[in-house]
Amino acid sequence: MNWPLYVTPAHIVRLYDRFEALDKEKTGHLRPQDFGAINRLAMNPIGDRIIGAFFSPGQETVDFHSFVRILAHFRPADKKHPKDPSMPEPVNSRTSKLKFAFQLYDQDKDGKISRAELLQVLRSMLEMQVTEEQLESIADRTIQEADLDKDDAISFEEFRKSLEKVNIDHKMSIRFLR
Amino acid sequence: MPALWRSTFVLVMVLLAISRPSLASEDTGNGTENTITTLPIVIWKWEEIHFPYLVALWVLVSWLCKLGEFHICTSVEAVIPESGLLICIGWVLGGIIYGADKVQTFRLQPFTFFFYLLPQIVLDAGYSMPNKLFFGNLGAILVYAVIGTCWNAATLGLALWGCWLGGAMGNIDTGLLQLLLFGSLIAAVDPVAVIAVFEEVHVNEVLYILVFGESLLNDGVTVVLFNVFDAFVSLGGAQIDAVEIIKGIISFFVVAVGGSLVGVVFALLISLLTRCTKNIQIIEPGFIFVLGYLSYLTAEMLSLSAILSCTFCGVCCQKYINANMDERSVSTVRSTMKVFANGSETIIFVFLGISAIDPSIWVWNTAFILLTLLFIFVFRFIGVFLLTWILNQYRLVPLDFIDQLVMGYGGLRGAVAYGLVLLLDENKYKEKKLMISTTLIVVYFTVMLQGITMKPLVTWLKVKRAAVSERTLAEKIQNRTFDHMLVAIEDISGQIGDNYMRDKWNNFEEKWLYWLLMTPIARKSCDPIFNIFHKLNIKDATSYVKEGERRGSLAFVRNESKADVDFNKKFGADFSEMMPYIMTENMGPDHVPVSSILRDSVPSVCLDMHEQDLKMRESEDFDAHHLLQQHLYKGRKQHRHRYSRKHLEVNKDEHEVQEIFQRTMRSRLESFKSAKMGVAPPKKISKHLKKDQPQKVREAYTFSSFPLFSEGDSASGCEAAGGSFPMRAYRGAGIVNPAFMAEMDTMDPMPPMQQIPSWLAEAEVDSSNMVPSQRAQLTLPWTPSNLRRLAPLCLSTHSNDSFLLYMVSDCPFVTTPPQPFM
Repeated sequence: MNWPLYVTPAHIVRLYDRFEALDKEKTGHLRPQDFGAINRLAMNPIGDRIIGAFFSPGQETVDFHSFVRILAHFRPADKKHPKDPSMPEPVNSRTSKLKFAFQLYDQDKDGKISRAELLQVLRSMLEMQVTEEQLESIADRTIQEADLDKDDAISFEEFRKSLEKVNIDHKMSIRFLR
Repeated sequence: MPALWRSTFVLVMVLLAISRPSLASEDTGNGTENTITTLPIVIWKWEEIHFPYLVALWVLVSWLCKLGEFHICTSVEAVIPESGLLICIGWVLGGIIYGADKVQTFRLQPFTFFFYLLPQIVLDAGYSMPNKLFFGNLGAILVYAVIGTCWNAATLGLALWGCWLGGAMGNIDTGLLQLLLFGSLIAAVDPVAVIAVFEEVHVNEVLYILVFGESLLNDGVTVVLFNVFDAFVSLGGAQIDAVEIIKGIISFFVVAVGGSLVGVVFALLISLLTRCTKNIQIIEPGFIFVLGYLSYLTAEMLSLSAILSCTFCGVCCQKYINANMDERSVSTVRSTMKVFANGSETIIFVFLGISAIDPSIWVWNTAFILLTLLFIFVFRFIGVFLLTWILNQYRLVPLDFIDQLVMGYGGLRGAVAYGLVLLLDENKYKEKKLMISTTLIVVYFTVMLQGITMKPLVTWLKVKRAAVSERTLAEKIQNRTFDHMLVAIEDISGQIGDNYMRDKWNNFEEKWLYWLLMTPIARKSCDPIFNIFHKLNIKDATSYVKEGERRGSLAFVRNESKADVDFNKKFGADFSEMMPYIMTENMGPDHVPVSSILRDSVPSVCLDMHEQDLKMRESEDFDAHHLLQQHLYKGRKQHRHRYSRKHLEVNKDEHEVQEIFQRTMRSRLESFKSAKMGVAPPKKISKHLKKDQPQKVREAYTFSSFPLFSEGDSASGCEAAGGSFPMRAYRGAGIVNPAFMAEMDTMDPMPPMQQIPSWLAEAEVDSSNMVPSQRAQLTLPWTPSNLRRLAPLCLSTHSNDSFLLYMVSDCPFVTTPPQPFM
């Protein structure tokens, strides 16, 4: 358990308070309904996907360690210390953040975002009045733009490439984890 | 329109004609009793009623000006902001009056301004303030308001003093303190002007709240500085020592904090009062205004900051009175506030124009005026950039350059400065007239020039920026995903650190304040889920009625034309730019209006729709970017600009939230249901079942199943056992037929590792079949078989639609502990 790679001790204390507050049954683990009880998540189009991201495949509960690890993705990247190539990739580096985002799309974990998966995400993020045809058209265009090897799916590399101009560190960081 | 002008002109002439004899009669004394010789049938009673008559007449004239200006606005390109046009009309009117009277009889008196015209604007601003945004950015707002205003005042005063010493202004009788005073009264950004101009330039929320909040809160500083420097001038330069300066600093805290406290006290009073006014709903709205006004006056009486008091009164009480009062009272209050505030604003600007046409106040000193303008501009920008640079170290989302530019440019001065300058004592300030002239010029400059150029500036900057990097679709989608992601993560992590205080405050509020300040019924409805549920029900009801209408009558024909009209009105402008080839062709080959194709309409319209669809797909290159722009859900951070002086809009955020919420619930229920139905066998939730004690199970099993697709699981009993949502559903295997229950009981719990949480289950299910179009799901409640959804909250033994069940009429929220809700 390499805490220093994730968050500072102060964060850990606060996150533990939060963990306990969420864990109503005091089991030491979080289950989907504990997350589901957070009202505001229900009003988030991708709320359920985010919840899913906390649970590793096959696992039904989240312990504190995993809870912190996932949240640590959202720590602002440490610009001061240069990357040490011998150490494993820190969890809040650009690549790790992008991987996290990629996972949200790629539910079946095959390493590619297929057209169907993209459609699902789009469907959840667009207003109801958008028709199926319009959705499919958007999905097609998106894949067209990003897909470089023409396999009608977006791999992680292509995903990363399509977002090279975006300031990921900014977009995927929460202040309190600074 | 010519008729309007003519009538206005006539009115003004009448006014003048009337007022002249009144002035004359006042001069000649009022004691002479006319002895009457015969019974007069009609008497001319002007002397007795002239004052209220003139007031009413002037209000009428000002508001007519607004009407006239609206005509100008629509006929000419709306380049000049409304406030600017009102000032121009004021000039015209002032010119007429001056021409007739040779002296400016009507002017904006400071007393009238500060006590009759300003309070309602401030109250309206406070009452309609988006609280979350305001308090979320309060730190930044305070920094700008306090430090920024002090900086502006100090630099302006010192710079002018330096120039005066250098002899650039010629011989004017002034001193350092006087110039500092002048600096302080002209440094403050004016709320009236900011509202008026920013209303028409739609900037992002954070920027708006920063400028707006600053303009409201800087009154605390302005009042203090004004009084302090005024006192210093009276004392004379020699007597100022450290003690006085320290007193000045202390007085700032006292005035600002004291003013806010007065406001909060009055907010408490109002909330308590609305709690008890159930029986006098007719007059309920009146209390708000009276108490709001009293808060202003009380603070003024105690020489505290009246604007701060009024603002905080509005800000603090809005939540409670909106909850306590009846809906009609709430809308009455809202509309009336807008009337007063808008009316006041109009009058203020018209009179600002009129007051200018008065040669007696004009003293022209080119250097002074030009230098003031220059310094105001320059120092405002420097101040903004400096403070923002400091703030950005601590802000999560830093303010970028464009925002800072707009903020600097948006530092408008207005009527408050003018009112303050009129209050100066002429004996102490020999150069009062010069200051008045300068203030007027500054106000005109900022309101008109900066108002005119604000919108083009914003568009130009944004356009320039966008042109540099055209974002791909993937980027756009991903950006929005990131926003949603961040919001979700913040919610999950409880936004610790940033909103730790907010959490504490929420707890405190729920525990004490709700109990104290809100009626029991209001307390219940505070729950957001309940609200959404209520609204969904209403929405269902209205759509059901519409559906019934449609089916019942000639509605088909009626609907066709209605679709046409609505669409054109709604999308005509948008679509005609984006897809000109569609609109020009206007009718598809079968002469079916394009509208019915592109609009997501109700099934009963247009059977040729599908054919047209195919044709559409071939014939155009669909503009995906535009679509994304229009229809992506906005994340919580980007919710639409809500505060508007002119429009009483329904909050569109709520619609979006409802939609998302509805969908999320449906998908959760679906996934749960498919899990139950054994779509993917190993996904049992029996592990949870094992955890629950038998009594909980019994309680839970009374939930019925969710016949989202009318599968008729009618066998399940449904004495809803209060409480909430599907949250409970996961906890117990209650969402099942009693017949199933036995099965579930006997099932072995699968080892934890193989149980896949329903979240993933949902995803798998989804990917295997095509997700039925949300449209289809949306139309479900309308079918007569699902009429029950609209049934009132009561016990029902039939299976029913999802949300209805959990809200039983005996108010589960009050009885059950609010466990699942955070």
